[in-house]
Amino acid sequence: MPVTVPHMGNLAIPLKAMLEYVGLEVVLPPPCTKRTLSLGTQNSPEFACLPLKINLGNYIEARELGADTILMAGGLGPCRFGYYAQIQREILQDLGIDMKMVVLEPPDASIKDFLDDIRILANGQSWLTIIKAIQLAWYKAKAIDMVDIKLEETRPRQNHWSDADKIFDRFLRQVDQLNEKTDIYRAAERAVDEMSALPQDWHYEPIKIAIVGEIYTVLENFVNLGLEKHLGRMGVEAKRSIYLSEWINDHIFKGVLPLKSNKTLRKLASPYLNYFVGGHGWETVGSAVEAARDGADGVIQVAPLTCMPEIVAQAILPEISKDRNIPIMTLYVDEQTGEAGLVTRLEAFVDMIRRRKFIQEVSSK
Amino acid sequence: MITVGIPRALFYYYYFPLWKDFFQNLGVKVVLSSPTNKNIVNNGVAMAVDEACLPVKLYYGHVLDLADKVDAIFLPRLVSTAHKEFICPKFMGLPDMIKSSGIKLPELIEVNIDLSRNKRAMRKAALEMGKHITGNTIRILKAWNLAVISQRQFEHIQRSGGQLTPQALELWTEETGNATLGMQQEIPKVALLGHGYNLYDRYVSMDIIHKLQKMGAEVITAENVPDSIIEEEAARLPKRMFWTLGKRQIGAAFHFLKRPDVKGLIHIASFGCGPDSLVGELIERHMRRAKTMPFLFLTIDEHTGQAGIVTRLEAFWDMIEWRNAQCQ
Repeated sequence: MPVTVPHMGNLAIPLKAMLEYVGLEVVLPPPCTKRTLSLGTQNSPEFACLPLKINLGNYIEARELGADTILMAGGLGPCRFGYYAQIQREILQDLGIDMKMVVLEPPDASIKDFLDDIRILANGQSWLTIIKAIQLAWYKAKAIDMVDIKLEETRPRQNHWSDADKIFDRFLRQVDQLNEKTDIYRAAERAVDEMSALPQDWHYEPIKIAIVGEIYTVLENFVNLGLEKHLGRMGVEAKRSIYLSEWINDHIFKGVLPLKSNKTLRKLASPYLNYFVGGHGWETVGSAVEAARDGADGVIQVAPLTCMPEIVAQAILPEISKDRNIPIMTLYVDEQTGEAGLVTRLEAFVDMIRRRKFIQEVSSK
Repeated sequence: MITVGIPRALFYYYYFPLWKDFFQNLGVKVVLSSPTNKNIVNNGVAMAVDEACLPVKLYYGHVLDLADKVDAIFLPRLVSTAHKEFICPKFMGLPDMIKSSGIKLPELIEVNIDLSRNKRAMRKAALEMGKHITGNTIRILKAWNLAVISQRQFEHIQRSGGQLTPQALELWTEETGNATLGMQQEIPKVALLGHGYNLYDRYVSMDIIHKLQKMGAEVITAENVPDSIIEEEAARLPKRMFWTLGKRQIGAAFHFLKRPDVKGLIHIASFGCGPDSLVGELIERHMRRAKTMPFLFLTIDEHTGQAGIVTRLEAFWDMIEWRNAQCQ
């Protein structure tokens, strides 16, 4: 029963570690490419949001590598993500691709189904082993975030634009192989040290842009076309509103760990948005307010085209932009989005912020 | 007497009798915005974000139409009208979106209607709505209970009386009450699926219902299917559908598939509609597997032209007539 999971940023690394720890065979889909996108787009409903299409491409490519079981998350709505697995199952059925789908629904939907799914995934292991497996995944997620944050800081300052990314990619390959907490953290520290040792301009003060929006498009570099890398090359420090470990804490541990959680962001969203709107709409509004509070020079909202919660957020963001005096730009991505168009828009946005900052500095003197 | 404005958009087509009666019972004059016209569309499109769907853009237009005519506008946050179900994220953020739009608004009667966890939340919501008008709790509850009866009548005319929503809205206001002008089973019908605010808004749907009727088709919609059948049919899905409107559509589609008097199915969705992108896909896949009747999928937005719609409808109707002739 080779199991596969769809890609979302670097989530596959901790997930794979967890599933392998309980003795399951894991076949990851190859990293997302143009082929993944066309396989997904060809077979998905036209107006579905982009993550559904890429997921589907992932499954088909994983099938080619021998996977026969898909592990996917469910949900209770109103965001479309909760119904992804159902639609994907129908599509695979009509394509004649025979894959079993294990959909992890939140326990409040049906306790019995939830426990049944866990049992399949636990592969007959004891609770102790399961807890250890989860712990291992958690350490990996934390370590990846540690290096990721350092990467965001280093990118705009380094002398040669791809150095830090090379270190990060090497670290990801390393951490995938490691299975001891101390080894994982040591690898992370080493990667951070290496980035610090890179030739860079320590006096340079980059402008800071917060990246907010729908979680999948924020985390998955393939669909946001390397947004952070492009900003880094323009000498901009990009800061994401959410990191992998925070997402895991919010959605899998229900926010019990003392990390920045969605509750804080939701409080910040008041008075602009006072209600849950599905997906990450509420958090997007909160993150924009947080970014303004923490002194970011601009905010970029990223989301898949037709994403409902993000449309609500998008309608509200201009109000925040006006109130808090911060430029906000919205980027929608779908299968038609081109990299050159994206870069042009980013350059214009960054130029505008630089100019604005310059004028503010001059007039304050 | 104070006047309360209700936008003739979105859930007007589902809950107008309830809202109108409730406010009237409290001694308030209810004013509707004008039927959708070019001006309302243009205003809505100009004010809303580009990515919003047409019905949401129209809502902006209707609110603006009311803004300087009334003392207060009824702007509910419709989160959920049934247990563990939702309408759509855009409905959940609608009041905040409208408030961020820069329209100069009169007083707003805002209320969160969220029955997803607690069925009794409705009474609380009613009290909250009524508080804008009077402090008398008993009077509010009395007005509410009477309004609920009107709403049931309105739904009854559609479910059992076989009336389409626009007629039901008229019949109900003329208080002809329990019309039982049931449809004759034998007449060949075309089933129209889609959200009420698209189907029954004559401007948005290009008056598709009358166009079909003029061609000689009898029209039936998801609103004409009794709730029990919807529940039963929708339960055939492996996972419960958590969108109320989506559930009604898919339940109705499964039901129509079984009915010999339904000869074709048309699904109308707004461009960029989130739930419909998945619900429509499910309907289409099931239709294709069943291979029993023609299916037409129409996407509408503010740029949709009459001619294109008419051409597609005519071709669709021709096909149905041709198929009928073949059968005989």
